[in-house]
Amino acid sequence: MCLLLAQQFEYATGGKQMTILKTMAMGAVALSMAFTATAVSAFEPSKPIDFVIMAGKGGGADKMARLMQAIVEKEGLASKPLVPTNKSGGSGAEALSYMNGVSDPDHTIMVTLNSFFTTPLRQPGLKVDIMKFAPVGRMAEDTFLLWVHKDEGIKDFDAFLAEAKSRGGKWVMGGTGKNSEDNIITDFLNNNYGLEIKYIPYKGGGAVAKDLAGKQIQSSVNNPSEALGFYESGDVIPLVAFTDERLPLFPDVPTLKELGGDFSYFMQRSVVGAPGMSAEAAAYYTQLFRGVYKSADWQEYKSSKSLMGDFMSQLDLADYWGTQRDRHTTILKASGAIK
Amino acid sequence: MEIWDALYQGIWIALQPHNLGLAVIGVVVGLFVGALPGLGSVNGVAILLPFTFVINSMTADPASPMIFLAAIYYGAMYGGAISSITLGIPGASTAVATTFDGRPMALKGDADRALVTAAIASFIGGTVATVFFTGFAPFLSSVALDFGNPEIFALMLLAFATFIGLGGDDIPKTLFSICFGLLLATVGFDQISGEPRLVFMNEREQTALLTTLGVADAEASVPFFDSVGWFSRGIQFLVLAIGVYGIGEMIWTINASRYKITMTETQISFMRIMRGIVGMKDAWKGTTIGSLLGFFVGILPAAGATPGSLMSYGVTKMTSRNPKSYGQGNPDGVAAPEAANNSASTGAMLPMMTLGIPGSPTTAVLLAGMVIWGLEPGPRLFEDRPEFVWPLIGSFYISNIIAVLVNLAFIPLFLWVLRMPFTILAPVIFVLSIVGTYAAYDNMFDVWLMVLFGIGAYLLRILDYPLAPAVLAVVLGATAEEKLRQALLLSDGNFEVFYNPFFDRDGKGQEWWIAPVTTWIAIILIAMPIILWLFRKVRGQHNEA
Repeated sequence: MCLLLAQQFEYATGGKQMTILKTMAMGAVALSMAFTATAVSAFEPSKPIDFVIMAGKGGGADKMARLMQAIVEKEGLASKPLVPTNKSGGSGAEALSYMNGVSDPDHTIMVTLNSFFTTPLRQPGLKVDIMKFAPVGRMAEDTFLLWVHKDEGIKDFDAFLAEAKSRGGKWVMGGTGKNSEDNIITDFLNNNYGLEIKYIPYKGGGAVAKDLAGKQIQSSVNNPSEALGFYESGDVIPLVAFTDERLPLFPDVPTLKELGGDFSYFMQRSVVGAPGMSAEAAAYYTQLFRGVYKSADWQEYKSSKSLMGDFMSQLDLADYWGTQRDRHTTILKASGAIK
Repeated sequence: MEIWDALYQGIWIALQPHNLGLAVIGVVVGLFVGALPGLGSVNGVAILLPFTFVINSMTADPASPMIFLAAIYYGAMYGGAISSITLGIPGASTAVATTFDGRPMALKGDADRALVTAAIASFIGGTVATVFFTGFAPFLSSVALDFGNPEIFALMLLAFATFIGLGGDDIPKTLFSICFGLLLATVGFDQISGEPRLVFMNEREQTALLTTLGVADAEASVPFFDSVGWFSRGIQFLVLAIGVYGIGEMIWTINASRYKITMTETQISFMRIMRGIVGMKDAWKGTTIGSLLGFFVGILPAAGATPGSLMSYGVTKMTSRNPKSYGQGNPDGVAAPEAANNSASTGAMLPMMTLGIPGSPTTAVLLAGMVIWGLEPGPRLFEDRPEFVWPLIGSFYISNIIAVLVNLAFIPLFLWVLRMPFTILAPVIFVLSIVGTYAAYDNMFDVWLMVLFGIGAYLLRILDYPLAPAVLAVVLGATAEEKLRQALLLSDGNFEVFYNPFFDRDGKGQEWWIAPVTTWIAIILIAMPIILWLFRKVRGQHNEA
């Protein structure tokens, strides 16, 4: 161990990042306990893998991506390390356009949200066709709940509607990005319940959760993973879940469907390959992320953060994208975000 | 006393051989990673994250992996100063402000003193922050919650004000420099609407240009250059900083030392190091301001060590009786940013651990580590996992002591670099600037941009423009813009949200004092030079009469 670190240290003084990464990869391989089958596919990464995160630091997507990276390293699933980079600009526009023009698609993968569907629809100028991305694997579907601060004294959805209505444009909903998942849910509430909630976009769900706990905003539609800390400390309370069935983690929180609203909404947590990725490379990454999905750490995370959905890849995932894109086209047209 | 017991236990666990060993290795690795341009604490921590899984399974001590990574983090904060002082290239973004006075001190032959000052100030900053952390963590995390969008923008305004309000400097030139920095900060994707900005000719504009020039088949030859791909990523902060302080400074020195081969005289002896330690009394002010302000900025999510060190430098200079001596090699100018970046990096652990929000890129990696080690960062961490929290806090004290000792021991080695003649040093700086920029962002365009900024910085320096405000503006610009726009969305475009405590934000008629007080202080600082000028003028007339 010490020897390896000493070696590490020597390389660090050499100032060559790539060399350090290589040493690290070698170390990770040598030290890992289980080096699971990657021999199925012919492709092997020849350099560190660029692991793009389509959102800012500290949000649900970021935490999840960094967990995936950590699992890959812990279980020794890949022979080269994943190097995460956050590209949070413009609801994923920065990440998508980066992926579109990347020079080495076989070594570039990205963790996506639903902005993968909405941002290309809203910004045709980006020239992003999501069907050109390689469908590596869907790791989960995240869920949404409506959260308010406990000091508002609101106990259920009806009380929320009454209070938000009486405060009109002074009721503020914080969310991640413009015309994103959170924005879509807010629009739904405004359009169907006669509210005038003001929506303020943030860079990540972590910042939203913090501002709700600090009473800077009045409500949020955070994912459970983002709000859980402040829920457990008793600062924020969930009022309604935007799912088809009640969540195991929140058995007392009704779904919107139970309360008469015909609406449920999920967010994909998928890994995609850059456009132009070879079929062999895509197969390799599918295998890699199937391994991540099956790991005990991922399953534990999935149930503790109230994530739904099974692993899905390749053609199934591409079909799923097609359906989701159609649904988001309808939603965005209805809200007037696109024509 | 519950805290004392817990702290005593924590320090005792941190002193266990395996934890002590990890802290020493971590500090040394961090010191070197931090000293190398382009590699900062974030690289060191990210690269060594996989080793922590091994550490975790070997020691069976939940705090050991974090002790190791935290030691790297601190080591890098100490290390960043080394190349700032000896080479004039900031080792990491957190050490940019250290270059302002550290480099001039080295050129005057006081490199040993600058390095000692940096090390001691870092130690004091880190320790002060750790004491705050120990005593007031839960309270401080609630303070961080009181800072919403208008408050953070007001704080950014205050940071800019400290740079404008500096008496003695040429104010129009300072303003120009800030505006130039802000302009650079707007390049790239708009954080809120997602539109690309200032990317210089998208495909449609390129087609139009070719058509105007009469090129046949304009449509097909587009894009003839990928400016969108170059600029949509934005101007990265280190690209500007390395350009200005690496290349720009090098050209300046070459020009200044023309016709004479200079060698910076440095002697290494125990006495000189002692002299440096004694000399700390001249830098107490910078150390104090840096330790306190750095910590405060550090605990605010979205800020971090880089803005913390720049702001501390600005405030120290502003409150000085002799602001003109800054930038010429004032020990306070080294102590302030160094105390601040260490203090802020400890502070940044606080929102990461208690709110689950990383305040800096490095803490984002640490957060990921905590999740995989099975810890849940959040408001309940202190209550639920004392066996993790207290040994970690204990190790903050221990690591700081190790870091300052290791750093002082290595000073002769760093000084050796300076004894090279500048004719050898200049190419080394040039190469390190290029390698460092490439290593940081993996992109050749950034390297060209860095060289361009270096040449530009040299020209602006001939014209006597201050460059530090531009660097500050690039660091703070993106956050300031985002917070400004979010705050204005909140207030429906009404600027009263920043300066009027009675402005009704949430329909409940609450009063909000933090943002207005901060804004008014900033406004007074900005107006100060004008008020002083008027005051002098009035007094002048009075005397004539």
